[in-house]
Amino acid sequence: MMKTTSYTLHFYIRSISSNILNFLFVVSSSIQFSLTMTLKVYGIGFSTCTARVLTCLNEKEVEYELVPVNLGVGEHKKPAFLAKQPFGQIPVLEDEDLTLFESRAITAYVSHKYKDNGVDLVRFGNIKEAGLVSVWIEVESQQYNPAITPIVSQLYIIPMRGGSTDHAAVEAAAEKFGKVLDVYEARLTTSKYLAGDFYSLADLTHLPYTYYLMKSEWASLINSRPHVKAWWEDISSRPAFTKVAENMTLAG
Amino acid sequence: MVVKVHGPTFTAATRRVLACLIEKGIDYEIVPLDLLNRAHKDPEYLKLQPFGVVPVIEDGDFTLYESRAILRYYAEKYKSEGTELLGKTVEERGVVEQWLEVEGQNYHPPIDTLIVHLKVFPKMGVPADMKLVEESEEKLAKVLDIYEERLSKSKYLAGDFFSLADLSHLPATEYLVNDIGKDYMIRDRKHVSAWWDDISSRPSWKKVLQL
Repeated sequence: MMKTTSYTLHFYIRSISSNILNFLFVVSSSIQFSLTMTLKVYGIGFSTCTARVLTCLNEKEVEYELVPVNLGVGEHKKPAFLAKQPFGQIPVLEDEDLTLFESRAITAYVSHKYKDNGVDLVRFGNIKEAGLVSVWIEVESQQYNPAITPIVSQLYIIPMRGGSTDHAAVEAAAEKFGKVLDVYEARLTTSKYLAGDFYSLADLTHLPYTYYLMKSEWASLINSRPHVKAWWEDISSRPAFTKVAENMTLAG
Repeated sequence: MVVKVHGPTFTAATRRVLACLIEKGIDYEIVPLDLLNRAHKDPEYLKLQPFGVVPVIEDGDFTLYESRAILRYYAEKYKSEGTELLGKTVEERGVVEQWLEVEGQNYHPPIDTLIVHLKVFPKMGVPADMKLVEESEEKLAKVLDIYEERLSKSKYLAGDFFSLADLSHLPATEYLVNDIGKDYMIRDRKHVSAWWDDISSRPSWKKVLQL
């Protein structure tokens, strides 16, 4: 009788302890899981390409930690950073043991990996819409960006680095940029957003450089084109971006 | 459904698309465009491609442009056919996207300048800007040094698998090595040279060069 009772008690204690241990294991795994799950973005708040990534993470409602890179002391050109990004540019994403650079690759990765979170930025499941998103991301890369970058660079980035604005270069760039915007104006006459009647990564990718342009007298290039203007006002008022724009202080 | 590819077969961007279609085993038809007679600025063409550059594809009533967008579309649409060009996982795809962006943002601008000034302008009787050529060669050399380091650790750019990232480099590098006398830039870098020999000997690339 005693032996049976002690056996039962022993078994009972063992099963409680094992349940407690299981519980503790599950809890600690969850904590570990959420600790390792936080993405790290190496960059700086006022940087256009960092802003592109942070806006995307906000739209996808994905938690992240922004790890500042001290551009002023050339941190991005030092060996520790170059080991992550051999071209010495920000931003860089760390997701557990994956390191990625190039902001448009990071935003594509985040949009695909977290396809069930937040806004569907890449039209997952609709291959044709996804194709159109791709087109306008490439248009930003190959047409819009080369046209707008000289303006933003001359007005804000070069002076920040101690140089002076070349106004002739700005005017020449503005003329080219105007021609690109004419195509955008025609496109946005037929479609609320660039890839269709839905907000996507294609629109998002245009935000950072355009934000800085709009701080200058060259905002007129956008404002003089009614559909481009309406599109700009729409996409730049999204909370996922306005939060990021608070730190975009290059233009004062 | 045959994919119509509008563009002259000798331009880098058109070749980029053709290489991808061949790797995926997709039927295509080339609709040539006479760039010298400004066919790409013709109103009918601008309806398809409003920026007036080549190529553009028509797949039934679906039109796409920007070669790297076309690449991604077909690599995704035909994911289970032909060569896998996007890696196998979301993470691998991320690394493919990274090196495809490196090609588009860091490799393409200087190499395109070299090709335009050393190959295209002479044909048009336009003088080359040799200062710009020198600057572009220096920029490209720095990029290739980074590629040399990368390819010493990894057979292809995104990992140990051929992908869109490598494919996207084929057309301009072909001109660099075999057309404008800058082959030393590839040959002086052991791992870049081996990588170039590997990717340029793929049957798809050999086919593109015959078109």
